[in-house]
Amino acid sequence: MKKILFIEDERGLQNALGDLLKKEGFEVISAFDGKTGLELAKEKKPDLILLDLILPKLPGFEVLRELKKEKETKNIPVIILTNLEEISEVNKALELGATTYLVKAQYTMEEVVERIKKIF
Amino acid sequence: MSLKNIVEQLNLFKQCKKYNLPLWQCPQFLFLFLGIFIIASILIIYAIGVKYINEPEVVALITLLVAIFLIVLDALITRSFERLAEASRMKSEFIKIVSHQLRTPLTNFKWTLESLLSQKENLISEKYFEYFKILKENSERMENLMKDLLVVAQIETEGFFIKKEEFSLEELTKEVIKEFECLAKKFGVEIKYYFQENLPKVLADKKQIKEVVKNLLDNAIRYNRENGKVEIKIEKKPKYLYFEIKDTGVGIPKDDQKYIFQKFFRSANIMRYQTQGTGLGLYIAKKIVEKSGGKIGFKSQENKGSTFYFTLPLSKNFRFL
Repeated sequence: MKKILFIEDERGLQNALGDLLKKEGFEVISAFDGKTGLELAKEKKPDLILLDLILPKLPGFEVLRELKKEKETKNIPVIILTNLEEISEVNKALELGATTYLVKAQYTMEEVVERIKKIF
Repeated sequence: MSLKNIVEQLNLFKQCKKYNLPLWQCPQFLFLFLGIFIIASILIIYAIGVKYINEPEVVALITLLVAIFLIVLDALITRSFERLAEASRMKSEFIKIVSHQLRTPLTNFKWTLESLLSQKENLISEKYFEYFKILKENSERMENLMKDLLVVAQIETEGFFIKKEEFSLEELTKEVIKEFECLAKKFGVEIKYYFQENLPKVLADKKQIKEVVKNLLDNAIRYNRENGKVEIKIEKKPKYLYFEIKDTGVGIPKDDQKYIFQKFFRSANIMRYQTQGTGLGLYIAKKIVEKSGGKIGFKSQENKGSTFYFTLPLSKNFRFL
């Protein structure tokens, strides 16, 4: 069973998307802030990381930077899942090594899950 | 002649009021003042120069004082423009922040509703299902408003980019018509289209133009009568493609016609037909079409209907066919 680390501070989104991913047969690990997210990534070595950009304790871009620096986490694909839409942010994320950038408000959960499945 | 002057002056005060600035900070007023001051000082310096022609130092001193005053005035004008630019920037920044902050709870709504609605078979009775559908529709309305506001903010800060590509306008239009089949049926409106044969491709931003066509078709359906008609036509002209959409609807009152493409403008008769609209659609459509190198316009008669049209430049390869 593939492991997905979901780093997102909004409880409503964790519940909704987390439930759907579990229904689709994935193991879901939740982190509600950037610092915990980074620690869990190193500890649990997930197969995929869903990363929000606006996070407490450690912002998403910093988490991404660290993930891509550490040997143990740098090859884990990262999907940015955020509501920030600026081109500058998209480019920054892709330059830092994110695999895909999705604006939450533009997708249904089903569509997000489709994208996730495509990565595997 | 003097009446015209008075009218001009009144306009100036109206302009400054629009900016919410005191008169001495308003650029138009300062420019006018500067102009008058320059003319007056030239005359004064000439008069003084003639009088003190034997004492050039006096003339030089007065000229220097005038120059200093002009520089101070210039600085004031520049400052007032900076203030306006800053206000505009802050407005866009605000829109960006607010729309992001609003998107977060909206996404919560959207995804939670998706979870609930997907469990229809097991948990939810018919009545609750209808309520949830209404919640979903309304969260979509808020989302659309958010999207429109962001586009408007981008347009105003020149952060709005058109990605030009070749595409078939008639294929795009057929797609949009298909998407609106449900809505047209709901309003009892029939959609007909006539596309010329062998139409060339256009060069424009496909995604944005799709939004324009959707907006025009949405209006044509909503402001129509029961059993009304919508006719869409696409024709080739020498240097561009001409798109026209005609409806048998309520038309636009003559007094409102000059405001139609303005931001947030909603004609008085509109509220009866489309309480959901934001008043941004046509403003955005005009900007998109103009940025693509085309023109947009309309003809309308109250109670008879409206005809909206726009043109798009042909893709280079087809220009000389």
